[in-house]
Amino acid sequence: MFRYALRRLLLTVPVLLGLSLIVFLIMSLIPGDPAQAILGSYATPENLERLRADLGLDLPLPQQYLVWLGNILQGDLGRSYALNRPVLDEVLERFGATLLLAGSSLVICILIGVAAGIVSAVRQYGWSDRVITLLVLIGISVPAFWLGMLMIMAFSVGLRWFPASGMTAAYGGGGLLDILNHLVLPAIALAVVAAGVIARLTRSNMLEVLRQDYIRTARAKGLGEGRVVMRHAFKVALVNLIPVIGVQAGFVIGGAVYIETVFQWPGIGRMLVNAISTRDLMLVQGGVLVVAASYVLFNLLADLLQHWLDPRIQA
Amino acid sequence: MMTFITLIARNRLAAFGGVMLLLIVLLVLITPWLPLADPNITETANRLMPPLSDGHPLGTDALGRDILSRLLWGTRISLAVGVAASLVAALIGSMIGIVAGYFGGRTDNTLMRGIDMLMAFPYILLALAIVAVLGPGLMNALYAIAIVNIPFFARNIRGVTVGIAHREFIDAARLSGKGNLRILASEILPNVLPVIVITMSTTVGWMILETAGLSFLGLGAQPPQADLGSMLGEGRKMMLNAPHVATVPGLMIFLVVMSINLLGDGIRDALDPRLKSGALSRPAPFTRIRRRHKPLPDPTNDDALLSVENLQTDFEVGHDTYQAVNGVSFAIQPNECLGLVGESGSGKSVTALSLLGLVASPPGVITDGRVALAGRDLLDLPHGDIRRLRGRDVSYVFQDPLATLHPLFRVGDQLVEAIRQHQPMSRADARTRAVSLLGQVRIPNPAHRAEQYPHELSGGMRQRVGIAMALANDPQLIIADEPTTALDVTVQAQILALIQNLRREKGTAVLFITHDFGVVSQICDRVAVMYAGRIVEIGPTKTILETPRHPYTRRLIDCVPRLGEPDNEPVAIPGLPPAADALPEGCAFAERCDLAEDACRQGNIELIATDTDRQVRCIKPLGIPTPSPQGVTR
Ligand code: SF4
Repeated sequence: MFRYALRRLLLTVPVLLGLSLIVFLIMSLIPGDPAQAILGSYATPENLERLRADLGLDLPLPQQYLVWLGNILQGDLGRSYALNRPVLDEVLERFGATLLLAGSSLVICILIGVAAGIVSAVRQYGWSDRVITLLVLIGISVPAFWLGMLMIMAFSVGLRWFPASGMTAAYGGGGLLDILNHLVLPAIALAVVAAGVIARLTRSNMLEVLRQDYIRTARAKGLGEGRVVMRHAFKVALVNLIPVIGVQAGFVIGGAVYIETVFQWPGIGRMLVNAISTRDLMLVQGGVLVVAASYVLFNLLADLLQHWLDPRIQA
Repeated sequence: MMTFITLIARNRLAAFGGVMLLLIVLLVLITPWLPLADPNITETANRLMPPLSDGHPLGTDALGRDILSRLLWGTRISLAVGVAASLVAALIGSMIGIVAGYFGGRTDNTLMRGIDMLMAFPYILLALAIVAVLGPGLMNALYAIAIVNIPFFARNIRGVTVGIAHREFIDAARLSGKGNLRILASEILPNVLPVIVITMSTTVGWMILETAGLSFLGLGAQPPQADLGSMLGEGRKMMLNAPHVATVPGLMIFLVVMSINLLGDGIRDALDPRLKSGALSRPAPFTRIRRRHKPLPDPTNDDALLSVENLQTDFEVGHDTYQAVNGVSFAIQPNECLGLVGESGSGKSVTALSLLGLVASPPGVITDGRVALAGRDLLDLPHGDIRRLRGRDVSYVFQDPLATLHPLFRVGDQLVEAIRQHQPMSRADARTRAVSLLGQVRIPNPAHRAEQYPHELSGGMRQRVGIAMALANDPQLIIADEPTTALDVTVQAQILALIQNLRREKGTAVLFITHDFGVVSQICDRVAVMYAGRIVEIGPTKTILETPRHPYTRRLIDCVPRLGEPDNEPVAIPGLPPAADALPEGCAFAERCDLAEDACRQGNIELIATDTDRQVRCIKPLGIPTPSPQGVTR
């Protein structure tokens, strides 16, 4: 296990490098003078000169990449001229809020999705299966940003249960209760689509597993159906579902961009949208890099978890 | 194609989705000719009118523009952009996939590495980065969404291409001197096209949703141009005082995406043959029982441990019924070993699984008969009672222990579970017992083995674990379903010896299911030969081996290679057993029988007693000049 973890960790390095290369290449697509584009209205001659030197813009592209990578490895993601502060500071500050939102959303969608999928599989073709299938269909078709707005209209404006926005920062402002209060609606809105996908795949996975010979063995041993489903079948289904959950985590992080905009959540998604409209490219680049890298690490964790649960996967 | 359409039509939800999508598409196609207000005419006097207002069925927005008109024009743009993005993604992604799959090697490696990198990004984030660089705008949003969807196509198409690239017709084309480009265009492309279409049908909904999302964020369509997403984005600003401005376009996106998803699911299901065969059904914990009547017990079986009388198990698939077990009767005395022999598909395994309701259901149904364990009719017992019998009074040993042991639990834990299910015992005590059971089945170093997973054991060891599990609660009867079939000959002999020993020590009765008369001769006291769901001959092993009465039995015996007679190649029985849904009248074996005559194909042939302890289902049993008409039983 330890050796496998180490090997997997080492294998992540090229992925992270590739990731940085893609971000770098996308940034090099900037039409016109990159320094001009990055600085925008802050493009004083001195600033331009400094930035060109920092980014090595006079160098050929491969060397530029190395300079750029070197800066990043030293924790220098550049400077946001619009906010007048280092990109890394801003990104890290926002990242906590997104992590809180996406994390709770992921927990919600896993719990609901898996539970619904199991019920659906166990009651295949029964009325609960039909209802869940219908809900899943609605869930995976509904635009998250629209759902968020509907939820605000219903639960914030109509019923006044939860605030529509006003989350200041993940750590600032009120206590835990206040944070939770702000968290409920956006976390649920963000969870819906992924919950639908997870429910669907849990159902088909459980149906597949329940047909296996070792399930018949479990029944031949005289085990109760609850134990057969929840222990024998679900353990295998769970192992199969972990990569699915990894993929869904990517969609949840992506969806956070919309949900943060709808609920005025002070996370990295809203930061990116704002940065794009102010053409604060260094900030966009830094945000994308940090989120993508943490997503890669999340998938690494998912992979290790799967390996730990399934002894058949060879190191 | 026609059958495909009927399949979709039969799936009501998919048909509903198809019709809805068709309506929406038609509506936006004729939009330019509809008597609608100009979508861009602002009329500040009429701003934010609610739905159902005069002249504005869906109301107006903040600038007094007609929402219905804007909705239809916006849907037009959203659909066009979504479809265009999906075409671009399909084109580029498929090209990458085909090239990677066809050329393989380094090309494949490099291309797919790049694709993997793209997939390492959270989906929308990459699109955002691209839009950030290219600048907001509908076309740029289209490119961004297309690019992030390329990996899906590349992966799917590569998979199919790899499958095709090494088939004979490709090799033939190559040998005939066709260039790579010609082969790709004329041989590969037509074969991967269906996959491209299916991938499109599953992703186009997403792409419409995501381009709308970018517009919603203000990164896609720029005013005055409006798609559904940007309408929604504008509506968000007046969400509180005029909710309809945002609700309407959102609902439209939802309807479009849902109808595409419904149709896509329908297409996928229609193409999945497993759904039609019912193979994706979840087997219930107990086989369904639907007996036409409750048979009375047969008094001759009073002292039997297990008696099976006229057992009938059907498989119901769609409207067809397959009779897998068709009136099987036999009895097992305490400590007796009865062999149940036949080719695969003869119904022997289904018979065995029927006894404790373990036949997968659906499709299995027990439709008639009695299964009595020590006098109690098991087909009459409540499920809870059956469950308490499973693994305690009657236990199973299955054929392939790699598939039948749970792959993710240590074998020791699987044994502990079997023990504690029926005996109140502490975990530690059960553990000790589990290890001693592993010792009883001659597993060396049992304490260590208990800590291992099934895949870490050899085939023979695994089957020993299976047997140990069957012994866990000292059952009266063990049903062994081809327990040695997957094993090589030496291991097979060891396992048989083990079963034989355990029988002697514990006095357990065994129902031994096999296709191999060689195995039967080693351990069974009596043997029942099954063919096409019925017993065709039953009696003591020794006499049946010496003087088989049924032609089929003799064939089975001839199949066994004899030791010391290497020239005696086993003769496979020519022909196949009849299909279980098309059982012929008369003798089911007639098609393959050398002795068949007209009389064999008429009427039901009963199982008749040829000797005091033997019965055969044949009108001219071997070695008997005229069958005795008396003593007819079923
Ligand atoms: S009944 Fe006729 S066809 Fe059937 S086994 Fe006997 S001889 Fe052959």
